Amino acid sequence: MNPDLAVLLAPVIPAIGAVLIGFTGSRPNVREAMTLATGGVLFGVVLSLYPAVAAGSRPAAILFASLPGLPIALEVEPLGMLFGLVASGLWIVTSVYSIGYMRGHHEPNQTRFYVCFAIAISSAMGVAFAANMFTLFVFYEVLTLSTYPLVTHSGTEEAKRAGRLYLGILLGTSIGLQLLAIVWTWSLAGTLDFVPGGILTDVASPLVLGILFALYVFGMGKAALMPFHRWLPAAMVAPTPVSALLHAVAVVKAGVFAILKVAIYIFGLDLLSASGITHWLTYVAAATILIASIVAMTRDNLKARLAYSTISQLSYVVLGALLANAWGVVGGGLQIVMHAFAKITLFFCAGAIMVAAHKTEISEMGGLGRTMPITMFAFLIGSLSIIGLPPMGGMWSKWYLAVGTVEAHQFLLLGVLMASSLFNVAYLLPIPVRAFFGAPPAGEKDARTPAGIREAPMFCLIALSVTALGCVWLFFNPDPFYSLMNQIVAPENAR
Amino acid sequence: MIGAHLPALQVVVPLIAAPVCVLLRRPRLAWGLATLINWICFGVATALLARVLTEGSISYPLGGWAAPWGIEYRVDVVNAFVLVIVAGVSALVVLFARASVEKEIPAERIYLFYTLWLLCVTGLLGMAVTGDAFNLFVFLEISSLSSYALISLGPERRALTAAYRYLVMGTIGATFILIGIGLLYMMTGTLNMMDLARHLPAVAGTRTVIVAFGFLTVGISLKIALFPLHSWLPNAYTYAPSAVSALLAATATKVGVYMLLRFFFTIVGPYFSFEVMAEGGLLIAIALLATVFGSVVAIFQDNIKSMLAYSSIAQIGYMVLGISLVSVTGLTAGIVHLFNHALIKAGLFMAVGCLAFRLRAVTLQEIAGIGRYMPWTMAAFVVGGLSLIGVPLTVGFISKWYLVLGALERSWWPVAGIILFTSLLAVVYIWRVVEAAYFRTAPNRGHPTRFQEAPWSMLVPTWVVILANVYFGISPSFPIDIAQRAAQALLSPLP
Amino acid sequence: MPAEILGLYNYWIVIVLMMAGLYVVIASHNLVKKIVGLNIFQTSVFILYISMGEVEGGTAPILAEGIPRYANPLPHVLILTAIVVGVATTALGLALVVRIHQAYNSVEEDEIEKAEDSQP
Repeated sequence: MNPDLAVLLAPVIPAIGAVLIGFTGSRPNVREAMTLATGGVLFGVVLSLYPAVAAGSRPAAILFASLPGLPIALEVEPLGMLFGLVASGLWIVTSVYSIGYMRGHHEPNQTRFYVCFAIAISSAMGVAFAANMFTLFVFYEVLTLSTYPLVTHSGTEEAKRAGRLYLGILLGTSIGLQLLAIVWTWSLAGTLDFVPGGILTDVASPLVLGILFALYVFGMGKAALMPFHRWLPAAMVAPTPVSALLHAVAVVKAGVFAILKVAIYIFGLDLLSASGITHWLTYVAAATILIASIVAMTRDNLKARLAYSTISQLSYVVLGALLANAWGVVGGGLQIVMHAFAKITLFFCAGAIMVAAHKTEISEMGGLGRTMPITMFAFLIGSLSIIGLPPMGGMWSKWYLAVGTVEAHQFLLLGVLMASSLFNVAYLLPIPVRAFFGAPPAGEKDARTPAGIREAPMFCLIALSVTALGCVWLFFNPDPFYSLMNQIVAPENAR
Repeated sequence: MIGAHLPALQVVVPLIAAPVCVLLRRPRLAWGLATLINWICFGVATALLARVLTEGSISYPLGGWAAPWGIEYRVDVVNAFVLVIVAGVSALVVLFARASVEKEIPAERIYLFYTLWLLCVTGLLGMAVTGDAFNLFVFLEISSLSSYALISLGPERRALTAAYRYLVMGTIGATFILIGIGLLYMMTGTLNMMDLARHLPAVAGTRTVIVAFGFLTVGISLKIALFPLHSWLPNAYTYAPSAVSALLAATATKVGVYMLLRFFFTIVGPYFSFEVMAEGGLLIAIALLATVFGSVVAIFQDNIKSMLAYSSIAQIGYMVLGISLVSVTGLTAGIVHLFNHALIKAGLFMAVGCLAFRLRAVTLQEIAGIGRYMPWTMAAFVVGGLSLIGVPLTVGFISKWYLVLGALERSWWPVAGIILFTSLLAVVYIWRVVEAAYFRTAPNRGHPTRFQEAPWSMLVPTWVVILANVYFGISPSFPIDIAQRAAQALLSPLP
Repeated sequence: MPAEILGLYNYWIVIVLMMAGLYVVIASHNLVKKIVGLNIFQTSVFILYISMGEVEGGTAPILAEGIPRYANPLPHVLILTAIVVGVATTALGLALVVRIHQAYNSVEEDEIEKAEDSQP
């Protein structure tokens, strides 16, 4: 396929899919087949872009001309390619999982769920392939709005409150801070295009640049940098597939991805590292990593614990961007991929436990490994990948980030990374350990009997096995993603 | 032949049609005539705009009496644009009005309603088209008197007191304008706007001109309901018939703002208005107060119409803010927001009119759960609301973009901050409606008719306006291009 | 100085009428009286316009033998229009008061407000 056409199709296919899903809503089988087909086609299209991008070309397309000098335009560069691949690839898996989960859970309003999901993916593609900051902002906002109905899906009082928090923080930061930063950039530089090396060299004083960068970093509320993290735990009232794909992959990664994009293509790494304006922000990121890990330990609700873990892990990517050196950026980019696979596995497992055993609290999960062995084993793999132990993909991102801190002579940050890994062990590993070796909670009917296996629906099992295997596969084959990131930091090494 | 007389036809056609409407008496016939005439007006306005864009300003001596002795109709980019806004909105709202008016107004008064409607449109178009200061006052009174009467036709008795209050305030405002015009005439001996502009610089410093300027500023501020002279507006918009609220909110204040532009820029000149009188600082302060006040008060309204009315006060603040930046970008923002806000508020008030068609009152309690029964109406409201907030891909965003850009060009950070902050307040009040409509359960309704969607004759015009919100949000080059030309024309010295 | 003040007596009248009219509009709680105040206020503007048409030593602007100086007729014509507008405003205002009286059984502002608060 012509790469330029493929770029155009990436956000368009899920949008068309959303319409088709809407029209076939009365027949669940057709509707879900449509979801899967859209996901498959989309992934095929995105995959077809990979060889071209890996070879160094930059397919581009213009969606439509908007404000003068600011078209809504798409262009694929390596970082966007990486994000696009992860989001579209995991969408298929999540669709498979959703079918099992939504049916197993007898959720209402399933058509609305699938439609909004498709729109969210469409806008995630737009974020990934945005050619300028304006386009990115537009899709970023669409992503926020299209996920709002997913967060409030159940319609309960709690969901409404969560929705208010979600919308309040995400729109508040993006309109109040990010938009201001974007308009400011536009009035300073006269362009918003993503250009390697940045567009802000020699146009403003370091102080202005420092304020501007801070506006961007905090304006990306989706990156859940403290103190703008509260929406993420609140959003856990959504159905689990939403938490899995959107609040572990598409939405939150859109936030950190945008920060990376801004650091690389708006400011430029040289400008950032030379001006030293990011220094104080690295401590904000480090504090987020540590505090969120500690909070995660105190949470007994599995999804809440995973949410705080996500907050902590997202700040790794932010930290990578803030280090503003080659290793930091590579580590940050890889962290997007590695964390995506690991965390989606964990959420899939959490949802599977909810569907099959109706349990949400960690303290009730003793002995669960005997009735749900596949699920709990996948959970173990995901946990190990988050911690960053070989042979899991998570090791690579941690490795490069650590090298990045050394390169920047930030040994305190190196210490933070190490401490955080220990915290990860402390809040994640007890769960599978308890499941395999612990006793079931007293009072349960078949407490003593090594009863038969009662696993989650088949669709869910397939999905979580695929992503768990993905974590292992990434340890042995990080190269497709590594080479993409390498293109950014060392263009001369491009194949 | 007809082409040469377009400026006169713009006013004469609806003026003559008004008494004809009285003769028709039958409600449907009167509506048919009003619709026909409104669409003719729209056609004339479009033709005028097209001619002005290609050939430059048109001067039309009324009755063949040459300017500056006779009354001159003068059409340039600025007022041709206003003509299109007024005539276009009116043409769409009159389509919407048929069903709405039949429901809200006794059948024997409907022909009078359309007579008043035509007179009101005559006045508004006349204010925009004329090049004579006194003629402006006459048309102002035609539109004002007819709109007092239109408002008093509202279904509740409070409409009467609202109309009375508007009459008192409006008359004071109009009389102030009359005094200002008289004082200007005293010093220059002319009433023609271009002639005034030529003669004023010679006497600019005199106390008479300064006093005239003061009277004009206060008078116009009263007519456009600029904070703190807004007290007539909320009740007038709340208790007027739905169609009248949509018409007035979208057009009346816009023409008022046009009046402001004419007096400040064309007649007195930006130098005198903003350098000598230092009006800029005062207006900016007032405009910012208006945006904050309007938005905050809107949050506490339970009646949706009065919520939108207070939001109008805030939006007028945006327009005045853009104007008082006195730069091409700022003026562009102000003028583009004239157009955009007309689309936003017309759409929203029409959507609320659809709700009013089925419900006893448009309060948050009454609309609980209505999203399920009137999906198209509520969807229109949501899109219009997003546009009001200023979400990308809607017209509201375009306005915000230029406003923030204009403020940043002058390095007024706090102004830019307040603009964005008040957008967030809009999120709050719009979302109160969204939550009530979608997440509250509907109370047990007595009549099954309440469970229906509004008739298509109301929905179609509403959606046309709402889709225009999206269309001009995605490709805003048409209004922006015109607004930029208008801004340059207003800022450039006289020919 | 006194001559200047006295010589401009017509403008002083304008100011006094204007202030009196505005005061009545603001201070009175009776809807009819408010309309009256509005009328007085408008009248002051009529006088303002008529005054400005005055030419020293001029007579009525009639084209006839032996009249070399006459007042500027234009402000007079303008104010005829404004008077018509004023009459229309008064008529509409009074009509509204009649309707309000039917609906609320009162023309006193405070009583109407009470009625609105108790039963909207």
